[in-house]
Amino acid sequence: MDKRTQNLVWLQSGGCGGCTMSLLCSGASALFDQLSDAGIAVCWHPALSEQSGAEALALLEDCAEGRVPLDFLCIEGALLRGPNGSGRFHLLSGTGRPMTEWVSRLAARARHVLAIGSCAAWGGMVAASENPTQACGLQHDGEIPGGLLGAGWQGQRGLPVINVAGCPSHPDWISETLLALAQGQFDKQDLDALHRPRFFADHLVHHGCARNEFYEFKASAHKPSDLGCLMENMGCKGTQAHADCNLRPWNGNGSCTKGGFACVSCTEPGFEEPGHPFHETPKLAGIPIGLPTDMPKAWFVALAALSKSATPKRVRDNAVADHQVVVPAVKKTGLK
Amino acid sequence: MTRLVVGPFNRVEGDLEVTLDVEDGVVAAARAGSPLYRGFEQILRGKHPMDALMFAPRVCGICSVSQSMAAARTLADAMGLAAPANGRIACNLAHAVENLADHFTHFYLFFMPDFARAEYAARPWHARAAARFKALQGSATAEVMPARTAFLTMLGTLAGKWPHTLSIQPGGSARALEASEKIRLHALLRDFRRHVEATLFNDALEAVAALDSAAALSTWAAEKPRGDFGLFLGIADDLALDQLGRGIGRFMSYGNYPQERGLLLPNGVWDGRLQALDAQVISEDLSHAWMAGETRHPAQGLTQPQDGKDDGYTWCKAPRLAGLPMETGALARQMVAGHPLARDLAGRDGQCGGSVKSRVVARLLEIALILPHMEQWVRQIVPGEPFFAPGEMPDEAAGVGLVEAARGSLGHWLSVADGRIANYQIISPTTWNFSPRDSDGTPGPLEQALVGTPVADGHVAVQHVVRSFDPCMVCTVH
Repeated sequence: MDKRTQNLVWLQSGGCGGCTMSLLCSGASALFDQLSDAGIAVCWHPALSEQSGAEALALLEDCAEGRVPLDFLCIEGALLRGPNGSGRFHLLSGTGRPMTEWVSRLAARARHVLAIGSCAAWGGMVAASENPTQACGLQHDGEIPGGLLGAGWQGQRGLPVINVAGCPSHPDWISETLLALAQGQFDKQDLDALHRPRFFADHLVHHGCARNEFYEFKASAHKPSDLGCLMENMGCKGTQAHADCNLRPWNGNGSCTKGGFACVSCTEPGFEEPGHPFHETPKLAGIPIGLPTDMPKAWFVALAALSKSATPKRVRDNAVADHQVVVPAVKKTGLK
Repeated sequence: MTRLVVGPFNRVEGDLEVTLDVEDGVVAAARAGSPLYRGFEQILRGKHPMDALMFAPRVCGICSVSQSMAAARTLADAMGLAAPANGRIACNLAHAVENLADHFTHFYLFFMPDFARAEYAARPWHARAAARFKALQGSATAEVMPARTAFLTMLGTLAGKWPHTLSIQPGGSARALEASEKIRLHALLRDFRRHVEATLFNDALEAVAALDSAAALSTWAAEKPRGDFGLFLGIADDLALDQLGRGIGRFMSYGNYPQERGLLLPNGVWDGRLQALDAQVISEDLSHAWMAGETRHPAQGLTQPQDGKDDGYTWCKAPRLAGLPMETGALARQMVAGHPLARDLAGRDGQCGGSVKSRVVARLLEIALILPHMEQWVRQIVPGEPFFAPGEMPDEAAGVGLVEAARGSLGHWLSVADGRIANYQIISPTTWNFSPRDSDGTPGPLEQALVGTPVADGHVAVQHVVRSFDPCMVCTVH
């Protein structure tokens, strides 16, 4: 581990600030102590630091000119290139300069650049519809490499932009990426094809979903609050979306599917424009278009038909209720 | 006269730039600039109406549930749908958790760290304030973060996650609660109560809620050490924060937390006397925003960015009620509700209007007032009874949803044509509070509150005034 303190600067642009709010829900009892223990100094965070105005701008200028080493540049929110390529949809206050310009200057000096959340990674929610602000991610424009910094951009340590995606990103995804980088235990092989940290992106949201028994029998929910599987009717993409949301709980014990609603695949580029209403599953001839990852269609169809015909009454009835109307039988003999 | 441009402002949500004209060391005129535009109202046009539930919370990561509540209520209005009792209660709980967590976060992480600044090194309270509230380092941060995290685990249960849930639906909640979860939620509320009673107030919530005048507040604070609230009250007296950031004296609340009948916090307007709220006379003036178009009611509102427009200095529109700016927020809610402490602090004859002190007091008062209600709400949930009622969205419809976010009045206006969103307009609390001038040249509430503020090195008094409104700039321009 480096002895020198590693400087972190966090900037927010075309986003909602929700990834910062999520980070502050970290289960770590003292997130800032944990970062500090790893040698990370939070030099500036717009929601948390003391400095405002001229003091803050002096620090950013020092980092951009290389006078203060910049180890981690965390960007939250999309980069707004509009109107007409001017970047004027977000001028960093007090400077009159586009945030896109600040980010490009700072990124050129940074050892590592992290896209915090799907807006900074891909463009995200603000890139929906006709993308009125010409929003993009740091190194991706949707799934297309490029974005603000360009496909070939690398940090001083040779890594591309690290896409800690999610809407919002999970607090542990952010803190564990930072801690691994600070300890020198994170390299190119730790990133997936979309440059997301593999420790969360090598899982599917389906893994550990509490609705798995309903999935197995294709016992499906028909309306919000139903207990059944959300894939067939309710728009759930948990069997395709890369994240460990049902293995690593949110806010204590939650997840989207536990909250009664579909996974909208918020860690994936382009999730903001699924081509169908978010709450409905698009189907072709009654079969969901989005099949589970790595599952051939014929197998899925065969399995679905078989499992539907074999659904126990308990699972079928509970799937369309908001509480268990039939509880699992208590067997009279010892379990074998 | 000298002109200063102050920004970026830390510890506000989003990006803010304030331009100050200074004469004789005090602010003579102020302009509030919101330099970030994202285009949610443009994005929502043409979408399926239910997609509003997906986009609205992403307007703001700190008042995400409030945005969900406003969207759900707007859709329910358009669908003619009412949630069953359990659904209403579960949504109220989620909303109140966020609102109280926002007040708590604002006080500890956003507002108080300014008193740890070196500018105050000579004040008698500075050593205590610095040890307690220094940004990222003070002892309060290490205590408060785990308490906040634990409190927000209520939203893991009620809403799957925070921010950005889809549990909150026009027909109620998609997350039905079981009997054991009622017990857990109640225990979490009691945990948070114990924390704020011990650390923030050093007294029972009910005792704080019962304070009924400025004199009673002073007596209470002098009785014994009163936690972090007491420390603030001492600082407020020393710095005369009751005279700083004097507001316009017109308060508005849309009312909040629907009960079986009526609202727990009433809607209305208070400008020296209580008046009914008429949402039909809301309009948005675009004269000083980088927006094209004329003044309209939000149901017919337009969002057409016009970069570089003459007279424009912000992306923020200027909402007005019957042509007048309104202050909104916790203080406004308690002024409208008639809480005697709020009315005494901000409604006295000749002294009418909010101040830095009264805005902060009202937020903490609201924690004391609402938490006991939340404990009752949890007990009222009946497991096994429905949390959600289904409904249909007509192909042609219109709806409005008015709620109170932590920062104040939040409204959504929707029209549906051919089964798609024809128009969606949002007016957020900080759009009211940090609005620019209108076509009459009347400044917005912050702009007026800043007039007369002393300007010294570091602009620390200006920062107190700005942060006393708890601005959320990402909401402001969406």
